[in-house]
Amino acid sequence: MRRSMLFMPGNNSGMLLNADALGADSVILDLEDAVSPQEKDSARILVRNALKYLGYKGCEVIIRINSIDTDFWKKDLDEIIPMKPDMIMPPKVSSGMDIKVVENYMGEVERRHGIEKKISLIPLIETALGVENAFEIASSSKRIKAIFLGGEDLTADLRCKRTKKGDEIFYSRGRMVMAARAAGIDVYDTPFTDVEDEEGLRTDAEFAKSLGFTGKACISPRHVQSVNEVFSPTLEEIEYAKEVMEIIQVAKEQGKGAISLRGKMIDAPIVERARQTLEAARALGGAF
Amino acid sequence: MEIKKKATAGTLESSDIFVQVEPNDNGIEINLTSIVYNQFGEDIERTVKEVLSEFDVKNVKIQLKDRGAVECAIRARIETALKRAERMGN
Repeated sequence: MRRSMLFMPGNNSGMLLNADALGADSVILDLEDAVSPQEKDSARILVRNALKYLGYKGCEVIIRINSIDTDFWKKDLDEIIPMKPDMIMPPKVSSGMDIKVVENYMGEVERRHGIEKKISLIPLIETALGVENAFEIASSSKRIKAIFLGGEDLTADLRCKRTKKGDEIFYSRGRMVMAARAAGIDVYDTPFTDVEDEEGLRTDAEFAKSLGFTGKACISPRHVQSVNEVFSPTLEEIEYAKEVMEIIQVAKEQGKGAISLRGKMIDAPIVERARQTLEAARALGGAF
Repeated sequence: MEIKKKATAGTLESSDIFVQVEPNDNGIEINLTSIVYNQFGEDIERTVKEVLSEFDVKNVKIQLKDRGAVECAIRARIETALKRAERMGN
């Protein structure tokens, strides 16, 4: 289960060394914004070696490549695809056509190296056009397992200020969730950028969860635990889900079409939510 | 691989290694300093020789200032410096 995705700068050997020991479900090894143009070569060689020798057994590995309007992205894929990371994150994706461009080249590199597995994609959507095309992007390739909202670049594109409250990205968040769920994939929220503000992080993460996000990216290891907690089912939710599944079983045995629990009618959406809660709990390794 | 010019890679930050390579007429010259030289000096030198051999480098002067980098970082920084030194121009 992927709740948290932690960004790690691709050219920092010390941070890459411990990337999978910081509690995040996924780490994003970044070849884009965290790396200066003159160090792109160095970062991709370091990340390739880190994938080869460190293994990252404890978590999923996502590589953020450079955007397709740069000279770097093909070199990133040439270097990284042979190491078979779990996912590639192309940034600044604005249309399904952008995905086709990346996907075609990924296929080329996979064929060149005899890689049968099709490596997955998690497009980073961070432009106004990308948000408007979110469903088209989300459904443009079977490789896409999730979409991810980037709030910082988006607000620059929207020509507005990025605030902690996030009113300026409210529409975009809703649109991203709608697009992802309609396409049957997961959706991840933009990171909370104030590393010191633990309470603000929790509020922001809880709000994202309430909108339907699957999880949230983090730019600091200090944020990982809170994000994991917020996007995990609570014990109360698990208990309630178990009761729902039990009462539904009883209803079935008694041949009843409808049944109530705690004074509320239990219908199909409630059962589905209970099933999702228990599935998440099992995925997290609880003895449920 | 022919070393055509002086080139560097890496940093002096903790867990990293700074590597400088330059052309040399007389084989391979390795100059290594490391904060863990007593414990791992021989291992690091072996890694340096392995990477030079993998890239078929016969003549090079290579200077390494290690700040406790792990093997994959040492390999990466040497490879980067070699590839930068192989390119002509700035």
